Amino acid sequence: MVEGGSLMAGTAPGALRTASLEMPRAGGGRPGRRRGLGEAAIELFLRMNGWVAVMLIALIFVFLFKEGVQALFSIPLSDFLGTTVTDYRGNPKVVRMWQPVSELPKYSLLPLVCGSFLVAFPATLIAGLFGVAGGIYLAELASTRTRETLKPFIELLAGIPTVVIGFLALATLGSVLQGLLGTTYRLNAFLGALGVSLVIVPVITSLTEDALRAVPDELRVAAYGLGATRAQMIARVTVPAAVSGIAAALILGMGRALGETMIVLMATGNAALITLNVFSSVRTMTATIAAELGAVAQGGEQYQALFLVGSLLFTLTFTMNLIAELVLERMRRRLTL
Amino acid sequence: MRRGLAGLVFESLCRGLTFVTCAALISILGLIVVHGVGVITPEFLFGTPTEGMTKGGIFPAIFGTICITLLMIMMALPLGVAAAIYLVEYAGKGLGPRIIRAAVNNLAGVPSIVFGLFGLGFFILFVGRNIDRVLQTGLLFGQPAMLWAAATLAILVLPVVIVSTEEALRGVPVSHREAAFALGATPWQVVRRAVLPQAYPGILTGAILSVSRGAGETAPILFTGCAYFLPRLPLTEFLGIPIINPLDQFMELSYHIFIMATQSTDAQVTRPIQYGTTLVLVTLTFVLNLAAIITRNRFRRRLGAARP
Amino acid sequence: MTTRRPMRIGVLAVAALALAAPARAANITIKGSDTMVILAQRLAETYMKKNPAITIQVTGGGSGTGIAALINKTTNLANSSRPIKAEEIAKANANGVDPGEYRVALDALAVVVHKDNALKELSLQQVNGIYRGDINDWSEVGGAPGRIVRYCRESNSGTYVFFKEHVLQNGDYAADCQTMPGTSAVAEAVSRDRSGIGYGGVAYFAPLAAVRILSIKKTETAPAVLPLKDGRPNNEVVWSGEYPIARWLYMYTTGKPSADEKAYLDWIVGPEGQQVVSDIEYVPLKGVLDGKKPAVH
Repeated sequence: MVEGGSLMAGTAPGALRTASLEMPRAGGGRPGRRRGLGEAAIELFLRMNGWVAVMLIALIFVFLFKEGVQALFSIPLSDFLGTTVTDYRGNPKVVRMWQPVSELPKYSLLPLVCGSFLVAFPATLIAGLFGVAGGIYLAELASTRTRETLKPFIELLAGIPTVVIGFLALATLGSVLQGLLGTTYRLNAFLGALGVSLVIVPVITSLTEDALRAVPDELRVAAYGLGATRAQMIARVTVPAAVSGIAAALILGMGRALGETMIVLMATGNAALITLNVFSSVRTMTATIAAELGAVAQGGEQYQALFLVGSLLFTLTFTMNLIAELVLERMRRRLTL
Repeated sequence: MRRGLAGLVFESLCRGLTFVTCAALISILGLIVVHGVGVITPEFLFGTPTEGMTKGGIFPAIFGTICITLLMIMMALPLGVAAAIYLVEYAGKGLGPRIIRAAVNNLAGVPSIVFGLFGLGFFILFVGRNIDRVLQTGLLFGQPAMLWAAATLAILVLPVVIVSTEEALRGVPVSHREAAFALGATPWQVVRRAVLPQAYPGILTGAILSVSRGAGETAPILFTGCAYFLPRLPLTEFLGIPIINPLDQFMELSYHIFIMATQSTDAQVTRPIQYGTTLVLVTLTFVLNLAAIITRNRFRRRLGAARP
Repeated sequence: MTTRRPMRIGVLAVAALALAAPARAANITIKGSDTMVILAQRLAETYMKKNPAITIQVTGGGSGTGIAALINKTTNLANSSRPIKAEEIAKANANGVDPGEYRVALDALAVVVHKDNALKELSLQQVNGIYRGDINDWSEVGGAPGRIVRYCRESNSGTYVFFKEHVLQNGDYAADCQTMPGTSAVAEAVSRDRSGIGYGGVAYFAPLAAVRILSIKKTETAPAVLPLKDGRPNNEVVWSGEYPIARWLYMYTTGKPSADEKAYLDWIVGPEGQQVVSDIEYVPLKGVLDGKKPAVH
């Protein structure tokens, strides 16, 4: 029994959920059955359409790296870590800043990477807390009726455009937060992280719920048989059994958080700082591309540097998705044996 | 009973956190409705921005959103449905289909700004400029335009279409296919006559979801065709009938919110317009998602009845 | 399936029409300076009312965006709040573009703080120190103690570049400057931040009650000059150069302007266009509104 059309179909979790049932195919193993030329043409056409997705990923890869790699030629490699400047006393010192428009252009990637993670980590933590709790509630504690009403509700959260969340963070939440916490910077990484967590909670909830549902009932029954309360069963048996699925959910959530653009563009203050203070303004990789790409002349140094940032971002999210997929594969194999 | 208490705390925590999530959603929607509903008037929905965009309506943005999603779905739907049909009906478990599925999964996980980069670097600068070179049309295709923005969005929603269609196709009972084969149908006839008509609502769900997703995305269209202010709609005449000009730029709801919130003349003065536009966009996505849910439920019910 | 065929036909039809459709008909695309975008829009609106055959579309994004678009030939005219640089001209020439420069207005760059900040004036040196990161606390410049939160623009902004060249003397901004996407975002941010400081075209700040525009001293001993008079921009101090951070606003063409473009540009520097400039609270070209012919280019 396959779950039909989830609202999150097409996001990474939705795609991973599709079971692989085998469909009967004509001509397979049936002697003497010849398919007409028309059939062969149709199949070829459909097969080509199937490969379009592969071609697109390959193209994205190629075009991103084609430009990005050129940055490695026109800008010395060490510049991506830091630039040596002479301070006013004439002594050289290394600054790690992203300032492509300057007498001495600085292309350090460290503030950008630091910024992206300073938003993504807290966002994943917060969303992980709410998401896993939500998944546990939906899978184990809620009645069917509650689940049927709440699930689409949470999926609706996934449907809110990110620009709307960014706008609300900028217009309302920022001031509220500054009033409550008294931070120096109204627009900071924490505000961005809150906004991003709103976006990835549905992802984590949905995947956690799936992971918990995939745990065979025998384990639950056995726990009850040993005298466990419901909470003990959940905490000591079900969740540990589904832990790979939950881990995959968190990794996917973090990948999504790294790739988020509009919320961080509007709510993080866009200051390229290397800091661990989550209440400081930061500049993420995504916001840098979004803010600066419109302004550069094509083929220039900054243009290529931005494509390099894009390549780095793509590689990071690609790797995270891959890891999550592998973890999920392992979990599926373990639970179906 | 300490163990019982700990258990109770644990369960209440899960319950509580879930409801906090729902409360967050409700408060977001509530905030938007409260601040935006006063702005929605017929003039707002059908007028154009005036006085440096501090007054007037957002019709060009609504129109542009409709145009771009229409164009996007025209590109993505045939492609995605065909790919899904191949994956479900024709492909087996070999290496090829596994690679395709992996590609679809990864396409789903690409950050939206990377699509924007790709749209600029590939569609506009590579494809567009080369078309111009071959057709000698100067700089007609090699610029940001609705066509390229729609193509970029189409790639973004392709996984949604493919996965929804796959699920819809798999929802059709295998016995129907076997029966059709037994009656002597060719593979394509099986698909066309037995499977697709039943999978149609599921495919529709996927289409609605992808329209909803495409309307809400901003990052891919930032550099591929969206404009700050267009005095006229992206239409052109063809034999006297006004049709959409895909080589024009366009205004769009999500971009409009972004611009109004960050770069308008006076963000405080235009705040009502920002909320109004947000309400329109959220209502649009909400209605679309609701339609998708209803279609999906009706589809499930119909399939459930049809099962032997 | 019956619904797919009409869709395929639809796609082909659109594609065919795209090739048949004429290039963007009789219109002028203008991109560039965020500082000038309100002005450019109002000018476009007014001009189009009088000349309904022409359509002008305006996009912001920053002076750098406009000039980049000029170089990439994706716009007809570019607005810029800073003069085009030599290397940009070289890049343009390499692309077959020969930018022509038109000065269309002037603008005073205001430095603003929150209205509750007691400070009323700063010297250019002090502003330099603040934005370069050498001065970090309000007490160092005569205000109540508190950390200074700097707001600036994105690097594609002409305002950013102008400020860098003329106030920072080509130095670099401090790393912790909050980068805002537009002057109105700077205005909004400063209006909500008691310890904030920002800069931008004076037209954006003049009507806001929550920010105070500072008077600027050219040197420590010079008199402090406020770019406002009776709540509107003070044209005299901008024309005379008394206000130290004032600049020209430019429009660039991709070469020899077409007839439509030339008519538009001439209209802008003429009395009608300059009246619009003055209405939007920018500084019009000296002498135009008095009836004399301006020296433009």
